[in-house]
Amino acid sequence: MSPSHSTLADGFIKDKERARWHDQTLWFVRHKRDLAAKSLPEWEDLRVAASAIKMHTQQQLADYLELFERQATKLGAKVHWAADAAEHNRIVLEILQSHGVTRLVKSKSMLTEECHLNPHLEKHGIEVIDSDLGERIVQMQGMPPSHIVLPAIHLKKQDIGELFHRELHTEAGASDPKYLAEAARQHLRDKFMRAQAGLTGVNFGIAETGGIVICTNEGNADLGVSLPKLHIACMGIEKLIPRAKDLGVFLRLLARSATGQPITTYSSHFHGPRAGGELHIVLVDNGRSQIRASSDYRRSLNCIRCGACMNTCPVYRRSGGYSYNSTVPGPIGSILSPAMDSAKHYSLPFACSLCGSCTDVCPVKIDLHHQLLTWRGEIGKRNQLPLDKKYGMKLARLVLGTSWLYRLSGWLARKIVPRLPRWMIYNRLNPWGKQRELPMFPAQSFREQLKDRQQHKPQPKSQTSSSHGQS
Amino acid sequence: MPTIGLFIPCYVDQLFPKVGLATLDLLESLGQTVEFPAAQTCCGQPMANTGCVNDARPLARRFLEIFQPYDYVVAPSGSCVAMVRHHYEELLHGEPGFEELKAKTFELCEFLTDVLKIEKLPGRFPHRVGLHQSCHGLRELRLGSCSEVMGPQFSKVKQVLQMIEGIEFVPLTRPDECCGFGGTFAVSEEAVSCLMGEDRVADHEQAGAEVLTANDMSCLMHLDGIIRRQKKPIRVLHVAEILSGSAT
Ligand code: SF4
Repeated sequence: MSPSHSTLADGFIKDKERARWHDQTLWFVRHKRDLAAKSLPEWEDLRVAASAIKMHTQQQLADYLELFERQATKLGAKVHWAADAAEHNRIVLEILQSHGVTRLVKSKSMLTEECHLNPHLEKHGIEVIDSDLGERIVQMQGMPPSHIVLPAIHLKKQDIGELFHRELHTEAGASDPKYLAEAARQHLRDKFMRAQAGLTGVNFGIAETGGIVICTNEGNADLGVSLPKLHIACMGIEKLIPRAKDLGVFLRLLARSATGQPITTYSSHFHGPRAGGELHIVLVDNGRSQIRASSDYRRSLNCIRCGACMNTCPVYRRSGGYSYNSTVPGPIGSILSPAMDSAKHYSLPFACSLCGSCTDVCPVKIDLHHQLLTWRGEIGKRNQLPLDKKYGMKLARLVLGTSWLYRLSGWLARKIVPRLPRWMIYNRLNPWGKQRELPMFPAQSFREQLKDRQQHKPQPKSQTSSSHGQS
Repeated sequence: MPTIGLFIPCYVDQLFPKVGLATLDLLESLGQTVEFPAAQTCCGQPMANTGCVNDARPLARRFLEIFQPYDYVVAPSGSCVAMVRHHYEELLHGEPGFEELKAKTFELCEFLTDVLKIEKLPGRFPHRVGLHQSCHGLRELRLGSCSEVMGPQFSKVKQVLQMIEGIEFVPLTRPDECCGFGGTFAVSEEAVSCLMGEDRVADHEQAGAEVLTANDMSCLMHLDGIIRRQKKPIRVLHVAEILSGSAT
């Protein structure tokens, strides 16, 4: 069984200072988002509009996908369909092999992460270089991104300095972001120059025009597909929007929600291949149709991968992206991942205090925390709950559902616990007491005190009684 | 005269009787007729939040049965009221009396502002107070505006607290961050839960709070546990204790 979120989070929090730094770094981004959202009086209307467009698209997804394919083909792109990750990887490999490509630059794409494309291509002798700076950093480390927008957010500049010293021979001990970024730029420039093909993700596919839109802050998508003649764009089927004019709604929401910028630095539009080149668009399902079929989880496909729910999530901020052990971490990942494999990701819907902040921050109004709660019930139904939870709750139902047993247990606890020696209460078996005191147990419960009060001091004015519903 | 069925959450009944009494006293001092139906135990939230829907259902049914006779149901807990208003849907959908139950169940502060529409309270509480906005009350019951959503700012909890003379609110850097309690989350995700709690306490500490208050005793139980372990000079009080004048 894969480790639970709490086990991995425990490991991350062992270094408390680092966990706090991580929290503050992301809170800073969340705060920037608040300021950016505040700058638009129509913010909430934009959210409503974005959500409505996405829901509408999902309702007629088949039609819009066909329209998109027709229009993209008309523009000269070649459209491929992949039912799952394996098919996606096979298609990409075939395209690359048929063009004799051995060196590929990739701009950031969470979909290819989800499909584990890099190892598949590398196994077949193709060098894959991630060109997004953050992605390149984690790639050098041999790790996946820890955040969908800020892939290396868990690393301090000193960590990156060390890594670059090792990999790119920068000066030992250097941690000046400017210096390091310049070193990375030089390194990537060489890779761009030598690449034989460019692969990108897709932020928005426009059904009406057959065009695709890719948003980056570093311009690396453009660089990656500008020199080589071959451009492969990999796109989840939920990335579709109906019309070009819908785009404005999403572009205004995306960057503000992600990083607090008014708009991403580069919003690159591709309508068909460049002159003399080839554009292949791979449309990937990989479980999305199944999510779309469920009324409980359908809205989760609205997601535009802005990462705002991660930045706002108090659990994510303190436990780090890797604690989710999944390509997409945080609130949205905790919904999408169990949809793929609920036995493996059973703990993710529980990595949440149900504070609801994600739901309110989400630019496309996904009811994230409600879906997480629904998932908990689903995990229960599928009998994938850990035994302590399952039997703990059965016991709770018995005690709390039986009036006398409930009163008796409370009475016993109040009598016994305060008399116990500390070591019996505060030990390994009591996770509550590891870093917290138990409440100070009162001598009497509320109902006991109420009864006493009524017996000793009958208050003529008061109507208080405990006559109703005695059991 | 309408009769209020007082809903005292199980752990408040057993562990924090003062909060129950303060709630009762407050409502009675406002001239309300209040009954405490003694058959009540728990609304079923711990089970429902843990995914054990079938274990929660009998408790929800029982809750409906017990509170059906009342005109209003009032509880000093946003979280338990949110359970009734939003999450009973799945458990009690279509049961006779359920729609009425949803409509007549209120968290204490919102009952004061929305139903009784009170404008003044007699008490005095000359202290520096940090208000912890409990998430379920905030984002499920919308007892206040939250920092993520753009629009007018309001807080029903603050609105009633402000009627108390001498109360001074201290400014928090994160006005509506979760405290990390989260029910069984507090135990199953102990490390994250406690770090969240510590950070929450630290925010109140830097703001100079003498008293940390909230309208959910569960958040306060967790925060108080941390405060006492770390021996911080902050007192924890439920909003009802301040409003009823039982705390000085
Ligand atoms: S769920 Fe919403 S907030 Fe989270 S990444 Fe997707 S769009 Fe952004």
